[in-house]
Amino acid sequence: MVTDTITDIAEAEKGTSLWQDAWLRLRKNRLALVGLFMLLAFIVIAILTPWIAPYSYEAQNLDLGASPPSAEHWLGTDVFGRDVLTQIMYGGRVSLAVGFLATSVALIIGVTWGAIAGYVGGRVDAVMMRLVDMLYALPFMIFIVLLMVVFGRNILLLFLAIGAVEWLTMARIMRGQVQSLRQQEFVEAAISLGLSPSTIIRRHLIPNALGPIIVYTTLTIPSVMLLEAFLSFLGLGIQPPQTSWGLLISYGAETMEEYPWLLIFPGMALTLTLFSLNFLGDGLRDALDVRGSKD
Amino acid sequence: MWRFIGLRLLQAIPVILAVITVTFFLVRIAPGGPFSAEKAVLPEVKAALEAQYRLDLPLSEQYVAYLGDLAQGEFGPSFKYPGRSVNELIGAGLPVTAELGFYALLVAILIGGTAGVIASLRPNSPQDYIPMTAAMIGICIPSFLLGPLLVLVFGIYLDWLPVSGWGDIPGDKILPAITLGSAYAAYIARLSRAGMLEVMTQDYIRTARAKGLPEWQVVIKHGLRGGMIPVVAFLGPAFAGLLAGSFVVETIFQIPGLGRFYVQAAFNRDYTMILGTTVFLSTLIVLFNLLSDVLAAWMNPRLRSQFGE
Repeated sequence: MVTDTITDIAEAEKGTSLWQDAWLRLRKNRLALVGLFMLLAFIVIAILTPWIAPYSYEAQNLDLGASPPSAEHWLGTDVFGRDVLTQIMYGGRVSLAVGFLATSVALIIGVTWGAIAGYVGGRVDAVMMRLVDMLYALPFMIFIVLLMVVFGRNILLLFLAIGAVEWLTMARIMRGQVQSLRQQEFVEAAISLGLSPSTIIRRHLIPNALGPIIVYTTLTIPSVMLLEAFLSFLGLGIQPPQTSWGLLISYGAETMEEYPWLLIFPGMALTLTLFSLNFLGDGLRDALDVRGSKD
Repeated sequence: MWRFIGLRLLQAIPVILAVITVTFFLVRIAPGGPFSAEKAVLPEVKAALEAQYRLDLPLSEQYVAYLGDLAQGEFGPSFKYPGRSVNELIGAGLPVTAELGFYALLVAILIGGTAGVIASLRPNSPQDYIPMTAAMIGICIPSFLLGPLLVLVFGIYLDWLPVSGWGDIPGDKILPAITLGSAYAAYIARLSRAGMLEVMTQDYIRTARAKGLPEWQVVIKHGLRGGMIPVVAFLGPAFAGLLAGSFVVETIFQIPGLGRFYVQAAFNRDYTMILGTTVFLSTLIVLFNLLSDVLAAWMNPRLRSQFGE
C-alpha cells in the first residue's frame, strides 16, 4: 500500500520539464507554429538551392528579356531573362546566412560580455555596462555605412559590423539573468565546490539563462536581416555578382513601373521570412516566459 | 531634475567625443586619398590642396585642429564639391530632413498611439487583434519595400499622389512621411497598448472611475499620461531610426535632405562630408536621446521624486 502511495505521489509530482512545457505552449500558438514551419521550409530551400533551383544562377536569356510569371518561369524573369525564382532562392541563401551568422556573432559577444559583467559584479560590472550604455547612444546605422565606405563592401565585414551592433541588448539581458541566478543556492554550492568561474558560467549560468537568450536571438535575426537588406538596397551591402533579397528589391524598385513582379516577389520573400521570425519570437517569448508560467 | 539633466549631459560628452575621435581616425585610415583618383595633378596644385585640407600636417595635429574647428561649429570644406563647406551642405539638407522627420513622427504618434490605445481598451478582442496584426505587418514591411509599393499603387496605378520630389507639387510630402512613419507607428502602437494595459489596472484609475468620471475622461486624462511613458522613452531611439530611415526614403523619393547627402557622400568617398555629417548626426542623436529620457522622467512622478523635486 505504502509503495502505491509513493508511486502515486511520484507520478503526480513528475510534472514536465521547462522545455516540454514550452513546447506544449508553443504548439497552442498557431501563428508561432506557422512561423516555425515557414522558417524551416525557407532554410531547407536555401540549403538545397544549388540542387533544386529551376535554372542555374548565371543563366541568362537576353532574347526573352523581362517576362511576367509563366509556366516556365513561375515568378517571371528579369531584364536579362534570368529566372526570378532562382534569383530569390540564391538571394535567400545570402540573406539568411547574414541573418544567422551575424546573429551568432552578436550572441557570442553579448552572452560572454553580459555573463562576465553579471558574474564578476562590482567595479568590473560597472565599467563594462557603462561601455554598453555608451555604445547604445551611438548612431550605429551611420557607423555601419561609414565602415562599409572605409573598408570596402566586404561580406565578412558586413557580418562583423552588424554583429558588433546587435550584441548590446543581448549583453544587458544576459547580465540581468546572471545577476539573479548568481544569488541562488546551486551557484553558491558550485562556488563552494571550488569550480572555476568559467566552468560555473558555462555549466550553470548560461544553460539556466537559455530561455531569454533563445527568445532574443529569434527576434535579433529579423532585425539583422532587415539591416542587411537596408544596406544592400542603398548599394552599400551585398555586391553583384552575389545577390540578396535587399539587392533584388532595390533592382525591382528601379523597374517596378514596367515589371512590378521584380519588386513584389523578392519583397514577399523578405516580408514572409521577417513575419515568421517575429511570430516565432513572440510565441517563444510567451512559451518560455518562466515568470508567467507554473502557477 | 536639474541634477539629472546635468548628469546626463556629462555622460553625453564622452560619447560625442568618442564618436568624433573614432570617425576621424576611421576616415583617415580609409584607403585612397580624395585626390588619388585625379590623374596627373601638378605637384604645386596638390600641395596647395593638401594644405587647404590640412593633409600636410601630422595626423595628431590634424585631429587637434579639427577639434578646434568643431568647437567653433566649423565642419570644414567638402572634398567632393570644392568651394562648398560641409556646413552649407548640412544647412541645406537639415531643414528638409527635419520636416520629413517631423511629419513621419506625427504620422507615427497619431496613428500608432490611437491604434494602441484602442487596442488596449478591449484586450484579446477583435478590437485588439486587428490593430495589433496591422502593427506586426507594419514592423515586417521595411521602408525600402513599402516606399516603392506605395509609389506603385498610389503614384502610378491610381495616380493620386506625386511619386517624387519635396515641396514642388502639392501632396508630394504625403507618401514619404507615411513611408518613413509607418514602422514607428507600428512600434508605438505596441508600446502604447502595453503601457495602457499596465496603467489601467492601477489604483488611481479605479479612484478616477469611482469619482464617476466618464470612461473617455479616465482614459484620456488619467490613463494616457502614465501609459505614454514607454512611448516617450522610445522617441529617443526612434529619432536615430528616423534619421537612418531618411537615407532610404530620401533616396526613393529623391528628396534633397541630409540622408541623401550622406549616402551620396558615402558613394563619392567625400570624407570630410562623411566625417562632418557623422559628427553632426551623432551629436543630434545623443542630444535627442537625452531629451527623451528627461521627458520620460518628468512624466513619471516616481522617477521625478527620485531626483529631488
